[in-house]
Amino acid sequence: MSAPPLDRSVDTAALQEQFDATIAAEHRIEPRDWMPEGYRKTLIRQIAQHAHSEIIGMQPEGDWLLSAPSLRRKAILLAKVQDEAGHGMYLYSAAETLGADRADLTDKLIEGRQKYSSIFNYPTLTYADVGVIGWFVDGAAICNQVPLCRSSYGPYARAMIRVCKEESFHQRQGYELLMTMMRGTDEQRAMVQDAVDRWWWPSLMMFGPPDDDSPNSAQSMAWGIKRHSNDELRQRYVDMSVPQAEVLGVTLPDPELTLDRETGKHRFGAIDWDEFKRVISGDGPANAERIARRRAARDDNAWVIDAATAYAEKHAGVAA
Amino acid sequence: MSELTSEGGHGAVPTGPEVPVEAKPALTRRDWPLYEVFVRGKRGLNHVHVGSLHAPDDEMAVHAARDLYTRRNEGVSIWVVRAADITASSPDEKDPMFAPSGDKVYRHPTFYEIPENVPHM
Repeated sequence: MSAPPLDRSVDTAALQEQFDATIAAEHRIEPRDWMPEGYRKTLIRQIAQHAHSEIIGMQPEGDWLLSAPSLRRKAILLAKVQDEAGHGMYLYSAAETLGADRADLTDKLIEGRQKYSSIFNYPTLTYADVGVIGWFVDGAAICNQVPLCRSSYGPYARAMIRVCKEESFHQRQGYELLMTMMRGTDEQRAMVQDAVDRWWWPSLMMFGPPDDDSPNSAQSMAWGIKRHSNDELRQRYVDMSVPQAEVLGVTLPDPELTLDRETGKHRFGAIDWDEFKRVISGDGPANAERIARRRAARDDNAWVIDAATAYAEKHAGVAA
Repeated sequence: MSELTSEGGHGAVPTGPEVPVEAKPALTRRDWPLYEVFVRGKRGLNHVHVGSLHAPDDEMAVHAARDLYTRRNEGVSIWVVRAADITASSPDEKDPMFAPSGDKVYRHPTFYEIPENVPHM
């Protein structure tokens, strides 16, 4: 269903009151409800960048589809990459309930006017990276996404529930892949450690800048779009990852990482936010390649869309 | 630096006001219609709305729905319907349209007091 037209004649104050009451009661806002423009725009930005991240996220791992070490690993990786496409589609579907246009969102991504997660601008150098992405990147995504299952916007929350069910497979296949490599040769163990060293810090950056550098978070919290602060989620993620690293037998590349016995939480070193800003603003190792490929996927496959459209039109003509 | 948020699952990206949101569909593209998708989870259950997709025609919509919404045995039957063909009750889900049912408490079994010692009721 398309977004409802805005009727200026109705009493905005009363609608705002009803909207606020719905949020306060922890009820969900649904597509045909009145909502403040700021709420709608914030959601479109957030859902669109999330969708773009899923779609671009197919690339780093997709690079290994033809080099998977066994048919079993290939089937697993193919299923995972296909899931990422599915996640992107669920999210574009949610964005469209807010009046966004799916193809237009893709255009905005390709033109660089909407962004995707900085994590996908790093290259996958070895097969161990596939495992580490599943463990770290999908693990961090789960940390972010589980609270979003309670997002105040119904279609987004429902998409997140569907996504979260599938992310668990993603994280577990990655960790299992790494356990298998750790039982292998010294060379394989070194590959895993090398991948851990390269992906750990970018994974921590996925949670965004520190809370005191996130000016709009309070509004998103008030709207029920955001449920936990960046730092809270990052802390939770570190605390979850440390014991997992121990079982796996790898070292997280942070000499300052220590358990604070009083709080039960881990302290960790300073994050290089300059690197984060560089990568997000287009200067990462793989930014240009990621967008070039997405552009090629759109343009080189346009004939398929044209052909299917022509067939549908011809078919509709015959049936009428 | 623009507002960055971790929301959106895979990472922090700019979501500040400079990021455009208004749709400006390309004039040259012939957009496929939007379909709403309903899946019957298993025999004995109703079809439930699961999301939407774009497809050139009804048949392709069913195929795309199968790929997108039933990758893990989520369903035994799929309905697709063009979103434009759906008529909804009202723009607001809390419309007075549903108010008349609110005050008819006698339509509910709990309205009637039956003594404790009456069995099977």
